[in-house]
Amino acid sequence: MSDVALALGGASFEGLVKIEELAGQGMVTLRGDLTDKAIAAGVLDVFGVTLPSTRETVFAANTGALWMSPDEALLLCAYNEAQAKADELATKLANVHALVVNVSDARAVFQLKGSMLREVIAKLAPVDMSPDAFSPGMVRRTRMAQVAAAFWMDDASTARVVCFRSVGEYVFNLLSNAADANASVRHYST
Amino acid sequence: MLLITCPYCGVAAEETELHGGGEAHLKRFGPGSNDDDFTSYLFHRENPKGVHFERWRHVNGCGKWFHAARCTNTLEVFGSYSAQTTEPPKDLLDTIRAKRPGFTWRDLA
Repeated sequence: MSDVALALGGASFEGLVKIEELAGQGMVTLRGDLTDKAIAAGVLDVFGVTLPSTRETVFAANTGALWMSPDEALLLCAYNEAQAKADELATKLANVHALVVNVSDARAVFQLKGSMLREVIAKLAPVDMSPDAFSPGMVRRTRMAQVAAAFWMDDASTARVVCFRSVGEYVFNLLSNAADANASVRHYST
Repeated sequence: MLLITCPYCGVAAEETELHGGGEAHLKRFGPGSNDDDFTSYLFHRENPKGVHFERWRHVNGCGKWFHAARCTNTLEVFGSYSAQTTEPPKDLLDTIRAKRPGFTWRDLA
């Protein structure tokens, strides 16, 4: 997808973890009562995932759903399908009190890969990153230094961080700094 | 440092993830009310040394407003509860009465 205008043009950094700006992650915001059966059915139809329960994530082949608040979910899909899926879901939910918006271009997404990712995130966010408290399958909406961000773990050595596109460079610099090869604390290493 | 559990997402959120919203359970007196009620609604606030009920917002998180009870003296947090209420839940009041016998806050005791 050469026509996706990324916030940082696909910047990457290698240190304690490998940080990469992901090329074109499709993101659709859904607001509405997540316990509403009509909304859950619509999401299952269009995105093929069930709605996650509190602070959890649900993934299918190339789609996913992240819990953002009791009345908000972030739905993931391929970048070039986001608008069509958002339109389809909005049509299905026309008679329900819900809002569906394609926000793919409003966010920047970074992938963190490496065994030290818990430490890198813990340096920036007020979150207990110990394996007992935060594990793959969970999502946390919080702040990173001074800006809002959310992150989740795909597996033990992969995490994705989402922030607003306008602060993408700030977050990338933060992450790179926290992941500096000479800055390890080894708090979570076994 | 305060750690308040957000009743909506269940996160024990640290103070910097939250934003304080002032005193809880204010009853609004707007147009048509008398001057005394309006003055009191607009300006008069509790300023306790001890048990206090406040509004908080999980601003860097789920974004929801909620209520919390804490001690302004020791910063002990007694509990948090939904914003969709006009008074603290009874079990929370019982907890506070047990920990701070004789506390008063407005007409609560």
